[in-house]
Amino acid sequence: MPFLDAVRLALAQIRVQKLKSFFTLLGVMIGVMFLIAVVSIVEGMGRYMEQDLVGKLMGVNTFELRHRPNINLGDVDQATWEEYRRRPRIRESDVQPVVGTLPPSARWAVFSEDNVTISSAYARPRQVRAQNVTPGYFEIKKLAVVSGRFFSEQENALGTPVVVIGQDVKDHFFPGVDPVGRQLRIGDIPYDVIGVAEKQGSALGISFDKFIVAPYDSPVKRLTNRHGVIDAIMIQSPTAQAMTANMEVVRQVMRGRHKLRPAQPDNFSMQTSESALAFWNKLKGYLVMAGIALPAIGLVVGSIVIMNIMLVAVAERTREIGIRKSLGARRRDILAQFLVEAATLSTAGAGFGIALGVGLAQLVATLSPLPASVAPWSVGAAVLLGAGVGIAAGVYPASRASRLDPITALRSE
Amino acid sequence: MSTRIEPLGEPGLSTTAERRAVVGQAGVTPSKDWIIVTRGLKREYDMGGEIVRALRGVDVAIRRNEYVAIMGPSGSGKSTLMNLIGCLDTPTAGEYWLNGDLVSEKSDDELARVRNREIGFVFQTFNLLPRATALHNVELPLVYAGVPSAERRRRAREALERVQLGERVLHRPNELSGGQRQRVAIARALVNNPSILLADEPTGNLDSQTSEEIMKVFEELANQGQTVIMVTHEQDIAAHARRVIVLRDGVIATDDRGEAFAAKAGL
Repeated sequence: MPFLDAVRLALAQIRVQKLKSFFTLLGVMIGVMFLIAVVSIVEGMGRYMEQDLVGKLMGVNTFELRHRPNINLGDVDQATWEEYRRRPRIRESDVQPVVGTLPPSARWAVFSEDNVTISSAYARPRQVRAQNVTPGYFEIKKLAVVSGRFFSEQENALGTPVVVIGQDVKDHFFPGVDPVGRQLRIGDIPYDVIGVAEKQGSALGISFDKFIVAPYDSPVKRLTNRHGVIDAIMIQSPTAQAMTANMEVVRQVMRGRHKLRPAQPDNFSMQTSESALAFWNKLKGYLVMAGIALPAIGLVVGSIVIMNIMLVAVAERTREIGIRKSLGARRRDILAQFLVEAATLSTAGAGFGIALGVGLAQLVATLSPLPASVAPWSVGAAVLLGAGVGIAAGVYPASRASRLDPITALRSE
Repeated sequence: MSTRIEPLGEPGLSTTAERRAVVGQAGVTPSKDWIIVTRGLKREYDMGGEIVRALRGVDVAIRRNEYVAIMGPSGSGKSTLMNLIGCLDTPTAGEYWLNGDLVSEKSDDELARVRNREIGFVFQTFNLLPRATALHNVELPLVYAGVPSAERRRRAREALERVQLGERVLHRPNELSGGQRQRVAIARALVNNPSILLADEPTGNLDSQTSEEIMKVFEELANQGQTVIMVTHEQDIAAHARRVIVLRDGVIATDDRGEAFAAKAGL
């Protein structure tokens, strides 16, 4: 029997028994729905992690030389924390030796930060993330101002008390007024606002707009770190390869400065967006596995249901099988008929499951900040899985049908 | 018209040609002319340890264009013989030549092919697919013959017109009367131009008037040159045929011309 005839026959069978077919499809449908939804959400989370969260915290092709990593996505055990605590801090005196070895193509910035109480004439004091940096920072972070300007090299060198503020800081401390040219007291030191940075958005409920940026040598330096200590040197390279090379150079410089013997491990960290994402990538692997394993249970249940329904169908349609055989259907014709029917049934289930899964992903995307997006491969996988489950579940009933003796089959009621 | 093949009992013949030659010595050569030739046809069933011998050696030869009724009381083996002739079953022993072809030794799938090409079944219970239209029911043998769908539909329509059901092609079996259903079944049996129209109690589920109508259809088909073999236990139905074979206890009891049978039966 030609394949299309078999499919048409199967669809007719489904149409005749709508309710029964629906219940048959339920297992496969739910399995596929969760497969699509979970994969979409995990993919969405991945994109979110990579682009929004870490992407905003770290610049492109950038590494930060720190005494320990500041982005710890995941569990860090006690021993590691102890080791982190014993590490020497990065110091201002490290800056020149480190950046002196970098090629001219590399950009760099010195970076310190801490939470500092800030106040203005318009609002109550509040804790804000205060950062004091060298001007290279703006380029590395691709920061732009919506009004005003950034501070200059000269202002940085002189330690002029000027500040660029984030959107949230503007909204809180200068409600309804233009902050540029007005005064902001940072830890009781008066600063002039010279610019407002464009909106950075948020990730996982953390706003990236609650910050102020001041010149590195401006007075706030005394509040962010102990004298002579810095949080990080950010180094941006033009390419990923150049970054790897620069990291190696910096590593050697720092090992020399920390007088490490060859056998001793580094007692400083060079954090990249990749190292920050390492844990996420591990987690993502588990999530995708769970996202496949859980629906797999649904699919197994679905295939058992389909097998049962097909066995019932074979029993119910024994006479039909007898008739078909008497008219010249060979074993393989009957086998194909029931296999195609099972496959069509479960592929239809997969189809509905895909629609529902896409719907579920959309719902999650609407109701949560996760940009859940349907991965095309998961749709393809779902269709193949649906057909596969149907065929696997249909083999036994179909082969039973094909082996029926035509005389016995014709005599059955 | 009766033709008997005497048992030959010559063992050790292997090729089909050799066997055909041996069968031929008895006066009947399995060929296109002799559409059915059986020799020592036996069928035994194992009913839970007890061997039931349904056929105990049937030798029968039927020419092309014959209209034959097979009669017998229940348990006489007529259904078994019909199943064997219809290639739905294979004999325990003996040979069955259909159209010069030794079908008693064919595999399941080969037999399916023979049923599809050579045999058109008409059953007592019609055996139509209940959810399919008359047209689709008639198309079925062509589906398994691999005929493309447009031609299938055309030929099915023609077959239905041949049995005066051209108006009812899209009706389902439950929308048709018993006589109409049987005519759909006849159309289905004829659609692939089979060598034999094989009817099993074709009037068993019909009232006497409809039975007469169906018998007229058979009569016409026989007149047009269609080989018809009909299994029945009703004497008046059997009397329509031109040759009546009566089975008793798994062997042929009588084999008469239709008129002779009718005279004997006092019809």
